Amino acid sequence: MKNLFPILTVVAAIFALWYAGSVALNAPWAHDKAQRAGIELTTKELIADTMAQKKPKLPPPHQVGAEIWKTTGAMVAKGRAFSKRSLIYHSWITLSATLLGFALGTGFGILLSVGIVYNRTMDMSVMPWVIASQTIPILAIAPMIIVVLNAIGISGLLPKAIISMYLSFFPIVVGMVKGLRSPDHMMVDQMKTWSASKGQEFWKLRLPSSMPFLFPSLKIAMAASLVGAIVGELPTGAVAGLGARLLGGSYYGQTIQIWSALITAAVLAATLVGIIGMIQKVVLKRMGMA
Amino acid sequence: MVWLFAGLIGWLVAWRVNVWLSSLPPSRAISLAVPTIFGLTLIFIWECLVRGFEINPVLLPAPSVIAVTFATSIPTLWADFVQTAIKGALSGYIIGCGAAFLTAVAIDRFPFLQRGLLPVGNFVAALPIIGMAPIMVMWFGFDWQSKAAVVVIMVFFPMLVNTVEGLQATNHMQRDLMRTYAANYPQTLMKLRLPAAMPFIFNGLKISTTLALIGAIVAEFFGSPIKGMGFRISTEVGRLALDMVWAEIVVAALAGSLFYGGVALLEKAVTFWHPSQRKDR
Repeated sequence: MKNLFPILTVVAAIFALWYAGSVALNAPWAHDKAQRAGIELTTKELIADTMAQKKPKLPPPHQVGAEIWKTTGAMVAKGRAFSKRSLIYHSWITLSATLLGFALGTGFGILLSVGIVYNRTMDMSVMPWVIASQTIPILAIAPMIIVVLNAIGISGLLPKAIISMYLSFFPIVVGMVKGLRSPDHMMVDQMKTWSASKGQEFWKLRLPSSMPFLFPSLKIAMAASLVGAIVGELPTGAVAGLGARLLGGSYYGQTIQIWSALITAAVLAATLVGIIGMIQKVVLKRMGMA
Repeated sequence: MVWLFAGLIGWLVAWRVNVWLSSLPPSRAISLAVPTIFGLTLIFIWECLVRGFEINPVLLPAPSVIAVTFATSIPTLWADFVQTAIKGALSGYIIGCGAAFLTAVAIDRFPFLQRGLLPVGNFVAALPIIGMAPIMVMWFGFDWQSKAAVVVIMVFFPMLVNTVEGLQATNHMQRDLMRTYAANYPQTLMKLRLPAAMPFIFNGLKISTTLALIGAIVAEFFGSPIKGMGFRISTEVGRLALDMVWAEIVVAALAGSLFYGGVALLEKAVTFWHPSQRKDR
């Protein structure tokens, strides 16, 4: 908690910069408008105008906040929480793809890492490719996956989840391979003196000691998975989801809509990563590791 | 049917070879050969499956078709590469990493700012910053400047967090030693703390290479001139010319690996003293 004050200062500074930026960026349009109307703006009027434009270059935080409230809280109050205009609906579309992709990616990642740890041939042939694949901008193939899967009749949630899976899969493999190998010779020998079988060695030694490595990987994977789901929504042509809101907003110059989708995505990411952090705390505490 | 059979045989043979190779005493040649054989086998199986099942090239073109497309459209691919990787990604990468590095050195003297910025930086590094792409395209236009801007904000925070962490990597002993030498702040920074921070800085630089390419490519989905890797991918997907898309992906993979490899080589040259870089004797 001793970091609370510095963090709040930095956050306040960010907001101050944001407001200053929105005044600076929106001022030309305000001047333009005033000139056409043939009036001279005082500084006060100018700032007031930059705070309340319809399509500002950089919407100030309160406009974004109002938009988010209008499309979430106010919708709930009207009982239309899942109408197509509500951000809750779009967030849910993105969230479901993210979670499905994350679950698939984690599952496959853990399976592959077990294979790599227990099979030398797999280690030598697959692991270099796993590492090399991290240097490749995988996201570039997102549009292709969407279109190809659409062509063979798979659409909706699954294509996006596959992109998410692809992105979240690699951090898990790398982290889990490291984690499953983390018990040192001493511990493995100890298991041997107890004549533990391979299965027992895995369940009682390797898997538990990989936990501190698993959770940081899970956090990275979750963030990557959300990015995958958002980018996966772009090529389908702005139907539904946060990515679609971004694309739609950029087509029609609705900056406030873009920013509100962006902030919602940020909150979503922070919440998901935060939940994993909480599980991490509880699990590691119960295991006596934290 | 012949093709499927050939694929199966090829797979079994290659797997046997790999099992045999990996049971030999480890050496550099073997640790290169095994993944190479694995990769070639995958491509071979891909080719056999596509031919065997006569998969529609609109869904999945065979590697040979992709190779031909790649070879015949090198001028286009080169123009796209220059537009996206050099103009967009590389310039953004240099500006972003440079700015983050300078910021980190600047806030290093103020523990208050550090304690505030590190958690915020860590938080921002986990956010889907790629969503800023449409805004940057709106602000900086369709050409490479907007792509570079996206790259700058994408690489800034990972780089900042890593550099700040690196600058804290020295221990008390080492700093005390510098004090006994009566070294002033710039001397301590140049001779002790920056060299000690190099492994962290290169970690940030390496993470940023991939982010830079992703940022530049995805930003082109939101609007671009009529060249660029992201533009080509999205339009050729629309025309269902998947062989061209795959050729572009090969370019992206090559560019990413070269970029990463270049930074890794530089790291080897700069941090030769670090335990992870020393040769095993």
